Amino acid sequence: MALTADIPKGNFRLSMLLYDTRYRSITIQVVFLMLFMAGAAWLVDNAVQNLHNLGKDFNYSFLGSRAGYDINQTFIQYNSNSTHARAMLVGLLNTIFVSVLACALATVLGVIAGVLRLSKNWVVAKLMTVYVETFRNVPVLLWIILIFAVMTESTPAPNAFRGETPTASMSLFDSIAVTNRGVYIPEPVFSNSLGNIDIGIFLISNDLLAILAVLIASIYVNRLILRNATAVQYATGIRPVTWWKSVLVLVVPVIVLLFALGFHVIKPELKGFNFQGGIQMRNSLISLWLALSIYTGAFIAENVRAGILAVSKGQTEAASALGLRPSRTMKLVILPQALRVIVPPLISQYLNITKNSSLAIAVGYMDLRSTLGGITLNQTGRELEAMLLMMLIYLILSLMISSAMNLYNRSVKMKER
Amino acid sequence: MKKALFLGTMTVAGLAAGVAAADTLGDVKARGNLNCGVSTGLAGFSAPDANGEWQGFDVAVCRAVAAAVVGDPAKVKFTPLTAQTRFSALASGEIDVLSRNTTWTFSRDADLGFTFVGVNYYDGQGFMVPKALGVSSAKELSGATVCIQTGTTTELNLADYFRKNNMQYEPVPIESNAEAQQQYLAGACDVYTTDASGLASTRATFANPDDHILLPEIISKEPLGPLVRQGDDKWADIVRWTLNALIAAEEYGITSANIEELAKGTENPEINRVLGKEGDLGAMIGLDAAWAHRAIAANGNYGEIFAATIGESTPIGLARGLNAQWTQGGLQYSPPFR
Repeated sequence: MALTADIPKGNFRLSMLLYDTRYRSITIQVVFLMLFMAGAAWLVDNAVQNLHNLGKDFNYSFLGSRAGYDINQTFIQYNSNSTHARAMLVGLLNTIFVSVLACALATVLGVIAGVLRLSKNWVVAKLMTVYVETFRNVPVLLWIILIFAVMTESTPAPNAFRGETPTASMSLFDSIAVTNRGVYIPEPVFSNSLGNIDIGIFLISNDLLAILAVLIASIYVNRLILRNATAVQYATGIRPVTWWKSVLVLVVPVIVLLFALGFHVIKPELKGFNFQGGIQMRNSLISLWLALSIYTGAFIAENVRAGILAVSKGQTEAASALGLRPSRTMKLVILPQALRVIVPPLISQYLNITKNSSLAIAVGYMDLRSTLGGITLNQTGRELEAMLLMMLIYLILSLMISSAMNLYNRSVKMKER
Repeated sequence: MKKALFLGTMTVAGLAAGVAAADTLGDVKARGNLNCGVSTGLAGFSAPDANGEWQGFDVAVCRAVAAAVVGDPAKVKFTPLTAQTRFSALASGEIDVLSRNTTWTFSRDADLGFTFVGVNYYDGQGFMVPKALGVSSAKELSGATVCIQTGTTTELNLADYFRKNNMQYEPVPIESNAEAQQQYLAGACDVYTTDASGLASTRATFANPDDHILLPEIISKEPLGPLVRQGDDKWADIVRWTLNALIAAEEYGITSANIEELAKGTENPEINRVLGKEGDLGAMIGLDAAWAHRAIAANGNYGEIFAATIGESTPIGLARGLNAQWTQGGLQYSPPFR
């Protein structure tokens, strides 16, 4: 600070912007910023001009007009009279749905494969190496199409379940039908349903809210019981037996509630052209889900392996010297430290899953790319608008995932005090 | 990050739209060949044959235009396009003319910025089902799983039809005709719906075409025709009148067999004007006098093209029906060459 104060003011010359190291970096940055902005402005102007020449304007009014097409998998009320905006929302929910499923399965697969790859069992370790290397090194689109082709070509059509001597039969006590149109599973329903709340955009099932509320309350009470047990343990040295209390608190209220709501399942039944009743998991969903999961699972396996290897071997030895069993060593010593290494790359894998889910178009899964960026774009001819909107949505979605994961990362990372 | 995204988009938009106000005729002549957008493979309409040569009803239009403009029906570069990619390809200037069983609709004509130059096939949307299903009318299809190409007018017609008749269905969106065929044959859908001509064409390629029937209901009007970019009227005129020349040639009895004979001059002034023996129609659209002569000689007249590619003697087996000449009770009608 003293140095800069010593420099006499007032004799600033223009050439100092270039030759004086105090100003030079600022000069360069300003020039670059101006060039960059000029370039951007030129591109925008060019696009606007060319759109004008093509006779096209730039507006989003098409989102309010009637979509006119049907979507097979919808989580909210939708029909062909709904607007393009609603079709977009349906697509977005489908994107989120498949991404969440794939993130969950990929994590499970990845952790198992990552841990097993370090196994002392040679066969198991090598098998996991083969899994990781095969799936990681083939484009995910090919996996999606392969699984889809297998699902449609090798499974029976619903017709095969018909007649006196059907060539195919349902599995698991006649409750699951695997067909080339998807897998039909039983659907949970409530005969004394509490109805739905309409929050303007979509309906929320009161039954679901009630179950969630009871579950949260149960978990809270269970925590109190455990905390109490710990307090007793600290005071007396003996931990009271709590497992039956936990079971009672966690399970019984939910069962009572389900009973009160008249919970039962409807099995899928062959009626008319297709199976009716039950939930249909379409082939497009299954192939996209499985392909994204096993593909990304291979990457996560490597992250997990790296995380575990990053924990020094001395930690394991110290833990066993203290008399900890291997399972507790893993749970209490290795994993908490390994998570610090695993979580940051895991975030980017979750982002990859979300973005790769846009490959859904290959198998006709109606995600955001297929609705807004596919049919809507095609029927309205608003390429630029639809693409920009879709980019913005994916951007927001990704930023939301990464900030949520960053919060989690903050909770597991090393706390330096 | 955001800036980079924006910049990228704008670059694409800027590049894509760079050729808007162009002189297509000049470009095609300078390039020496015509860029023509066709389907990714629809037997009879546009599909490569065993030698890799594109053949078909829609392809013939492109060849006629190339013959008229460049002078050689072989000077065409074909770009296979899906229902989803076809309009961007035309708008961006990647192709000069789109001849890909595309339905002429108000919004495509007005809002998408294209000019439909005519109708080379009057079609309607139909349904194909396996015979074994025992269905004889589209009204019995409630609850069916329907394969459908996304990004087409058929998608909207289907939704409207089932809605109007208060029936349920499960749409299976599919990207291309080949994929739809595979899904339909595997039984992943009960019904395949698209233009009736497309269904006939697809059925003809099956191993056992007789196991499948087209239902009698035609649920929409689908006038299919070639289209060009809006804003280049001269080019639109060339494509429009090449198509008209093919249709008029059938009406006047000009065939690939007698065209050389007729080109020497006839008693019929209308034929003379079409073939450039009289008047200067060619110069009016920026071409030479023999443009229509070459266009017709390329594949024959409209009726000959129809018979050779999709007519009753071909595996596709489509009747002329609405596509007969107006003199034969059909809708094909060329304005006068005068």
